[in-house]
Amino acid sequence: MSSATLSPAATKADTPISLRAHLRHTGALIRRNLLWIRQDPESMFDAVLFPVVFTLLFVYVFGGSIGQSLGGGQERYVQYVIPGLMAMMGMNMAQGVGTGFNQDFNSGVMDRFRSLPIGRGSVLFAKIAVELMRMLFATAVLMVVAVLVGYDIKHWSGLLASVGLSAVFGSALMWVFLTLGVVMKNAQSVQAMGFLVLMPLQFGSSIFAPPASMPGWLQAFTDYNPLSTLADTARGLMEGGPVAHDLWVTLIWSVGLTAVMAPVAIHKFRTKS
Amino acid sequence: MTRIDDNPVGGNSAVTVRGLVKHYGETKALDGVDLDVREGTVMGVLGPNGAGKTTLVRILSTLITPDAGQATVAGYDVVRQPRQLRRVIGLTGQYASVDEKLPGWENLYLIGRLLDLSRRDARTRADELLERFSLTEAARRPAGTYSGGMRRRLDLAASMIGRPAVLYLDEPTTGLDPRTRNEVWDEVKAMVGEGVTVLLTTQYMEEAEQLASELTVVDRGKVIATGGIEELKARVGGRTLRVRPVDPLELRPLAGMLDDLGITGLAATTVDTETGTLLVPILSDEQLTAVVGAVTARGITISSVTTELPSLDEVFLSLTGHRAGTPQDVTPADDRQEVAV
Repeated sequence: MSSATLSPAATKADTPISLRAHLRHTGALIRRNLLWIRQDPESMFDAVLFPVVFTLLFVYVFGGSIGQSLGGGQERYVQYVIPGLMAMMGMNMAQGVGTGFNQDFNSGVMDRFRSLPIGRGSVLFAKIAVELMRMLFATAVLMVVAVLVGYDIKHWSGLLASVGLSAVFGSALMWVFLTLGVVMKNAQSVQAMGFLVLMPLQFGSSIFAPPASMPGWLQAFTDYNPLSTLADTARGLMEGGPVAHDLWVTLIWSVGLTAVMAPVAIHKFRTKS
Repeated sequence: MTRIDDNPVGGNSAVTVRGLVKHYGETKALDGVDLDVREGTVMGVLGPNGAGKTTLVRILSTLITPDAGQATVAGYDVVRQPRQLRRVIGLTGQYASVDEKLPGWENLYLIGRLLDLSRRDARTRADELLERFSLTEAARRPAGTYSGGMRRRLDLAASMIGRPAVLYLDEPTTGLDPRTRNEVWDEVKAMVGEGVTVLLTTQYMEEAEQLASELTVVDRGKVIATGGIEELKARVGGRTLRVRPVDPLELRPLAGMLDDLGITGLAATTVDTETGTLLVPILSDEQLTAVVGAVTARGITISSVTTELPSLDEVFLSLTGHRAGTPQDVTPADDRQEVAV
């Protein structure tokens, strides 16, 4: 057998993909993910039901008694819990990213994408972009329900800033769940894993009730739980009050998670065999 | 490995593979594979399940990286130039890789955009290919509602969007019914007519015979033989005698009688009830004479006797010692079935 007959082209370096091409690919994939929603509108159910159910549940079931401990009643609790629920939107949408992506991966379409000359992150960026849109939609639903149950929007600018911060933190979490979605074998295990991680974070936080009545060790946990700091920042921004500490902790978490998990997710995506 | 084709490789090599190795733990999916596919030809890679065919295709489409060895496609190295390489290949996987939630048209448009076509070109190309693969009427329906054959056609269309120089067809008809299989074959033949180079993996002898001009037989990660299909058959040396008794009821007694005669070709004698013929593998003219003599002596009237080159099934059997599609050795009893495939 003759030795390798490689053409001269094989010795040249690989060509990089331009930023414009990256954007074009991401755009095309965003369109795909939006078409999925159009094809399957039921996939938006969670974005509608989640804010409605949680708002009604917490306001009408726990609202009275927790409100009393806040020195008011149900009306007082509405003002407390709505910024907290807003902080939860990002997390809840993020949880679904991993599961959906995992299913996508097992369908064979991903092999086709990975055999195309597109940027390594395009598929993931597109997924995150669409999930953020879903999150914004869920937040809009939340605010409508909030106003219906008597929430008083005091600072519109604070509201918008809170939405922005939730999106930043939400996208950081989405990278974590995308990584799980790529690495884990099936959608069920992704879901179980997400539940195990998020359950303590969600309830060991200031989202639903003020941590003041919690034991000391739990308060220490809630102080640096990003969901607490995100909820407290949103409260400060929407109700008025100090936000500096909470804002910093939230931003550090967001940047830290993204800086670590985004490259991991992209790498795992490309090298998955 | 035995190289049958003694002629130096003519034409430019579209795919060149040298000493390719891929291990998964203890399993050697590829154990030093060499392969040359000339431009404009169809190379069939034939082997049973687990022979390493899909691993080979996945390496050549840059989905996984080899542990050792080299491979170039259209001059681009699979490891060092994956992006350029992806631009010149088309991939149709073992499991139709179309997005079931998207309409057929959107599937093709998406891929066009990902291949850097302008919006307009991507639109035109999607329309063109839907027309070409007779899917225009189903263009707006989600691919999930398509029949198996339509899905494969959409998959083929998707892999043709970038006008690839090299097309990989990884078991393109696995799981399809015979009619749909013929449909897919016709499409592949048409594409080959347009000059695309094809690397086809298959477990079906018939498929390789239909589509491929050259054949590489792989088994357990190794190349066992390579060459033109006719050359391979000639190398195996045997022929198959096809005997048709006038009365089909004579088929079984005839088979039993020939077994008693002790004529051993490359494989056992088989009965093909569909055509009402008996297939007797033979190795020499003496055996041919003996068979005809025995039939005559027994007084069985026959309507025709023809000799054929051996089937690819027999080629595989003689090269690997086991039948294609069955990784383990088969007992003689298993060989006495209808003609496989």
